[in-house]
Amino acid sequence: MTPAIAPIGLGSYLVVSAALLVLGVLGIFLNRKNIIIILMSMELILLAANLNFVAFSSAHADLSGQVMVLFVLTIAAAEAAIGLAIVTVYFRNRGSIQVEDVTMMKG
Amino acid sequence: MQTDLHLFAAAILLPLAGAVVAGLGGRLMGDTLAKAVTLLCMGAATVCGIGALWGGWTSGFGPYAVPLADWVNAGGFHATWTLRFDTLSVTMSAMVLCVSLLVHCYSVGYMSHETMPVYRFFAYLSLFTFAMLMLVSSSDLIQLFFGWEGVGLASYLLIGYWYDRPAATAAAIKAFVVNRVADLFFIVGIGLIYVLFHSVRYDEIFAAVPQAAGAFYTLFGHSFPMLEVICFLLFIGAMGKSAQLFLHTWLPDAMEGPTPVSALIHAATMVTAGVFLMARMSPLLEVAPNTRLFIIFIGATTCFFAATVGMVQPDIKRTIAYSTCSQLGYMFAAVGVGAYQVAIFHLTTHAFFKALLFLGAGSVIHAMHDEQNMFRMGGLWKKLPLTYGVMWIGSLALAGVFPFAGYWSKDAILNALWAADGRMSHYAWMLGVITAFLTAFYSWRLLFLVFHRAPADVQKRDAAHESPLFMSVPLVLLAIGAVVSGLVLAPYYIGAQQSAFWQGSIFNAPGNTIMETFEQVPGVVALLPSLVALVGIALAFLFYIASPGLPEALARSCGPVYRFLLNKWYFDELYEHIFVKPYAAIARFLWKDGEEGAVEGLPRDLVRATASGAVDAVRLQTGSIALYAFTMLAGLVVVLTVALCG
Amino acid sequence: MLAQLVFYVFAAVLLLSAAMVISVRNPVHAVLFLILAFFNAAGLFLIAGAEFLAMLLVIVYVGAVAVLFLFVVMMLDIDFTQLREGLQRHAPIGICVGGVLFAELIMALSHWTMAPAGVSVPLQAAPGLTNTAALGTLIYTHYVLLFQACGLVLLVAMIGAIVLTLRQTGSGRRQNIEKQHARTPEETLVLVRVPLGENVLEQGGFLRPQTSYYDTAVPGSYGSTGQPAVEKEETGA
Repeated sequence: MTPAIAPIGLGSYLVVSAALLVLGVLGIFLNRKNIIIILMSMELILLAANLNFVAFSSAHADLSGQVMVLFVLTIAAAEAAIGLAIVTVYFRNRGSIQVEDVTMMKG
Repeated sequence: MQTDLHLFAAAILLPLAGAVVAGLGGRLMGDTLAKAVTLLCMGAATVCGIGALWGGWTSGFGPYAVPLADWVNAGGFHATWTLRFDTLSVTMSAMVLCVSLLVHCYSVGYMSHETMPVYRFFAYLSLFTFAMLMLVSSSDLIQLFFGWEGVGLASYLLIGYWYDRPAATAAAIKAFVVNRVADLFFIVGIGLIYVLFHSVRYDEIFAAVPQAAGAFYTLFGHSFPMLEVICFLLFIGAMGKSAQLFLHTWLPDAMEGPTPVSALIHAATMVTAGVFLMARMSPLLEVAPNTRLFIIFIGATTCFFAATVGMVQPDIKRTIAYSTCSQLGYMFAAVGVGAYQVAIFHLTTHAFFKALLFLGAGSVIHAMHDEQNMFRMGGLWKKLPLTYGVMWIGSLALAGVFPFAGYWSKDAILNALWAADGRMSHYAWMLGVITAFLTAFYSWRLLFLVFHRAPADVQKRDAAHESPLFMSVPLVLLAIGAVVSGLVLAPYYIGAQQSAFWQGSIFNAPGNTIMETFEQVPGVVALLPSLVALVGIALAFLFYIASPGLPEALARSCGPVYRFLLNKWYFDELYEHIFVKPYAAIARFLWKDGEEGAVEGLPRDLVRATASGAVDAVRLQTGSIALYAFTMLAGLVVVLTVALCG
Repeated sequence: MLAQLVFYVFAAVLLLSAAMVISVRNPVHAVLFLILAFFNAAGLFLIAGAEFLAMLLVIVYVGAVAVLFLFVVMMLDIDFTQLREGLQRHAPIGICVGGVLFAELIMALSHWTMAPAGVSVPLQAAPGLTNTAALGTLIYTHYVLLFQACGLVLLVAMIGAIVLTLRQTGSGRRQNIEKQHARTPEETLVLVRVPLGENVLEQGGFLRPQTSYYDTAVPGSYGSTGQPAVEKEETGA
């Protein structure tokens, strides 16, 4: 069975996913105050991982990669839900979501 | 026969019962009752002990064993509580019981002025007696060691009885520690015996001696005959208990205890343990001639040393203490030439007159209200006629004047030393004769200073009074013993009936004929000790009665010698510098640097480091999530870099 | 050729929208760009032959997660201009780390070789099955435990989110279940003969005993302390 990504090549996928990962990382750095953007950046990073999984799954003709994507999506959804819940509670308590000010867990 | 064994067991165990009842129940039952209980127990025990002796003499000494209980049963090692019934143990027990009973009786009077309850004192005395009885009646070395240590413990408790006096507690600790040093050698000796014979029971050890004669012990590349090493170690143990030279320093200090205790220690229960051990171990010693030479040397030197020191001591009790040390030297010299019976004979007679001297001295001290310096006494003979009389008897016995007890035993020792006919024994004989002279001299110095000289304090002299009945009765009884014991016991112990009496409980090797030949000495040699004793008495008379200024002038003109003797040959100072100070320095080092520096310091510093590290680490934890995220990603980059380049 | 073209388009839009997500000022726009990125990613999944996952991404991510983001962003009254401060300050270091990371990833990709085949048997679906059916067979057979665990994770996340955001206020009403179960019609219902032409307002507005409504309320919740004032007003109205 010929892999579906044969005409494009695995390398291209990997480059795209690497770029996506770096963009996600950059997003975390650049938006140090806005926790919503940080959460979105994390979604991007997870998306990059998913892209990698799918690309390899396709290249190796092995479905387990896609199953893994399923699990990663689950985790990402759970993480987003919990993260947003925390943001909501935090905003309710503090009236702001500036995470740079969050030093309550300071030792 | 069975009756005798039961009597013997009762004699051994009754003092323990007295000690336990008086010691544990003394607070409840009160002093008077506690005294009565201990006295009663001791009295009953003494009657039993003498009964056992009489029974043994009439129907044979055995040896028999009286099993009491099982003790240690571990693998191949067995030890039981078993009493040994033979001549040596029965006679020793009887002697210990007699002296101890009289001391108990005397203590009732002597301790009557104490403000604190004295039931503790009587319990200790009984415990002391029990420990000594356990020692002499042991049937194996472990049981003997139990008694040995029990004696040490009881002596510690009694010497430090007046625990509010720093000197007394220091003396108690000193006695305990010096004895512990000797006990270390002793227990190593026991260990070697077990290694060699696979048993600690006397019967089995003595039976196996001929087979073990060829055994060698290798140490640092040198081979020593095993039995010599064992005897040497046992003798060092005996040196500690019996206060022989180099390990004698505790004995004079032990005078800090109450005087009855001194009497008990010196006459019956403690210092004689060493001599007893040597006699008990005679089958081993007989095959260790080199160790016996060493024993002669130590004994004779101690004998001379203690007598010279005793000459100049101002303290009445210390003078007598050094005389004990000196007499023990005689006994060891006798052991060294193989005349164990003579040593035991001297031990027995010495018990009577030394107890007498101590109790007499106690009577004087009691009358003078705790004054012990002889130079502050004087002229007491009219006020204390009974004490004066018994002190004369005791001194005559000590000096070995015919027909008092000491004459028989001391002459026998000196004759045996001469008859042994060796270089070392002649050295011992020479020192022994000199010591006989010195003994007489310091005994009469004591008598003259205390009873005859012009009183230093007339009021105090006039206030002195004769002791109560409880104290005078023991004095009279002991005085009778001091007079007749030599005469009566000599035939049995060393004379014609000796073999019938000892019945093999003391072993003389086939070649050791000293017990038959010691009487066969030239007349001059036999007479010499008595003569020099008389000369000593005369000299004391000259020094302290005829021209009282003479001793002082002599002390001034021979200053260094006098100070040397007064400071007991500087043994205490020597030990202070050789052992005590380095030990204290090491202990201080371990305490300050080891304990406080390392053991305590390590956790302390760890805690400090942890706390300060935590303070620093806390600063890392800013609480800023953004910074955490940054750090995490920076870490990712680093890990990736390492993975790629590594 | 067409596939390549489509790939480049999707990839370019994906990266562009991702860049916009992290750089636009308005978070609402950022969420919208995120949605766009997800769409494009779904397109890439399609090209790689993972139709099911592509649909999943669109439905679950775009339909649920991204919309959740949108809700939160819009619900919270946030001064977003303030949040953008410091962007310039941290930009250089961020770009440095990002550049290093990207360079290293590219290095890793270029020097990387596949493990030889046959090391592990690939999990392949039976021939003739669609991608969705193949995935379904896999997750219900080979990965069933992990799949159940995923369900648990989601359950926990749901409960967690509820617990975090649930606020106990007096305005909610909760029933005491035991009491509610133990009730009988006799004590809750009354039959009232209502004359024709009259309404129930005269009867108090309820066709049941006045107190029975409040009996089963959990203490602290609405209605637990007897008839509140609001109720009276309603009755009066």
